[in-house]
Amino acid sequence: MIPSLPRSPAQRALPWGYAALFFAFLFLPLAVVAVFAFNDAPYPAPPWRGFTLDWFTGGGRRTGLFADGPLLHSLWTSTLVAAWVTLLAVAVGTTNAFLIERARFRGRAALSLLMLAPLVIPGVILGISILAFASRVAQFADDMFGLELDFLRPGLPLVVLGQFSYIVAIATLTIGARLQRFDTTLEEAAWNLGATRPAVLWTITLPYLKPALLGAAAISFLMSFENFNTTLMLAGAEPPLTVLMYGRMREGASPVLNAVSLFLMIASALLALVLMRGGLRAPRAP
Amino acid sequence: MAEARYPRLMLALLLAPALLWLLGLIVLPHVELAVLSLRARIAPRVYETSLAQYRTFIEEPLYWHTFVRTAVLSVLATALTLLLAFPIAWTIAKIAHGRSRSLLFVLCLIPFWVSETVRTLGWMILLRESGVVPQALVALGLAATPPELLYHDATILVGLVYTSLLFMVVPLIGALDTLDDALIEAAYDLGGSGADILRRIIIPHAAPGITAGCIVVFMLTVGNYLTPTLLGGKNSLWFTEQIYTQFITRFNWEQGAAFGFLLLVLSTAIVWAGLKLAGQRFGDVMRRT
Repeated sequence: MIPSLPRSPAQRALPWGYAALFFAFLFLPLAVVAVFAFNDAPYPAPPWRGFTLDWFTGGGRRTGLFADGPLLHSLWTSTLVAAWVTLLAVAVGTTNAFLIERARFRGRAALSLLMLAPLVIPGVILGISILAFASRVAQFADDMFGLELDFLRPGLPLVVLGQFSYIVAIATLTIGARLQRFDTTLEEAAWNLGATRPAVLWTITLPYLKPALLGAAAISFLMSFENFNTTLMLAGAEPPLTVLMYGRMREGASPVLNAVSLFLMIASALLALVLMRGGLRAPRAP
Repeated sequence: MAEARYPRLMLALLLAPALLWLLGLIVLPHVELAVLSLRARIAPRVYETSLAQYRTFIEEPLYWHTFVRTAVLSVLATALTLLLAFPIAWTIAKIAHGRSRSLLFVLCLIPFWVSETVRTLGWMILLRESGVVPQALVALGLAATPPELLYHDATILVGLVYTSLLFMVVPLIGALDTLDDALIEAAYDLGGSGADILRRIIIPHAAPGITAGCIVVFMLTVGNYLTPTLLGGKNSLWFTEQIYTQFITRFNWEQGAAFGFLLLVLSTAIVWAGLKLAGQRFGDVMRRT
């Protein structure tokens, strides 16, 4: 209960005790991942056999993270995919925000509701439906025009499209929320002072939207980088990091995975820190 | 208002990307999925419309058992997540103040900035037979041999609840934040017990947040693939796994599409039922989370 009610000391301590347990539960898995990245043993398991950097730099017959070709390649693949998804999601998210918040046309309410739909479709289903549809289109192009549309076969372009299909919904919400709070008299003032539409957009509206655009970009990048469900269905011969890690975890993990995980933790912590300064909220559901 | 009327060209330019996205990546692919699920192969490259895929689902116990099991475990995971998340949301929204409040909130967020793959790796290292927890149990004399803690239903639940906590905590904090402390004080002064206050004041006030959290968590759980397959192993019997097997391993797209549709119906039905129960609108709930 709230602090202003009379409570015994034990009752006052209870929430903090629970909070301590809760956060232990929350951080335990991350802590063990980090710790076993430095254990001098071939498997990420106890007992502790001493500190080593082998799982990063390699040593003896061990392949460290920095020499693990497929792993580094998948890290690059994920970055590339995430960059494309971010670019597309922020661009389309911005036009969507203007469409929903500013334009007046018939069917606007229905359209804005439809834009939320991708958030309640399980990622696996987004993946298979896009896979099936892309294959249908490719088949059609082949039958009708003899065109080989390779980008519609499982591979990175499809992964980008699949992730984009729901991440753009999040970007739309983020940017739309800020645009909604925008004071349009500022734009009107600029017009009255003789500014053209593009000039108003460039000097007034977009600078105002900048925090939301950056926030949407960061969330998009992170969600894309971490996506597994949709990606699994659409990835071809070049698996992004999450899919590669999943495959290796099924075979029995080596501490190299801990090393790359630690790298991911540090990277996302840095990203989070930057965003916290911009005053941002939680990552969203896929 | 000057901005209310966009010129036609402008409207078209804004509509184009939205329609391309919604039609090309959402609507048409789902139509394709529906069409796929409603046909059966009778000869190479010859198909006819039929309900055969759905009949297989009903006639094959493995399939609908997996389906029901996934639904039940997901409901259970959602309930557990709510139970675990509520006290912490309460602490953050009502008890902590100033710096400690923002610190606790950020602490909640941090683990979820890290990929689910990494978090699951952590649980595997903790729980497998040679892992941290079984070894600790042996060392403490609580078990003679290290028990295998992976590959149980309870393990799957722990993993699912863990992955979902944030998506429950955030809407709960949002809902509890707006509850005026004076209402609780008044109820207390009028002789309400803790349980009374919880049942008659706090829960009705927090209902929108509870609904939003439960819907998102259920949806994420029922559609999860990574956590059940890695923590549950061969025993996980999660429905998304069946979809993957049919679609990718066996290349039986018709059957996979039917399963996909069934999952979509389940997930939509629960979302709809949740909204009805709480008497809320979809758009409001989604904007809240």
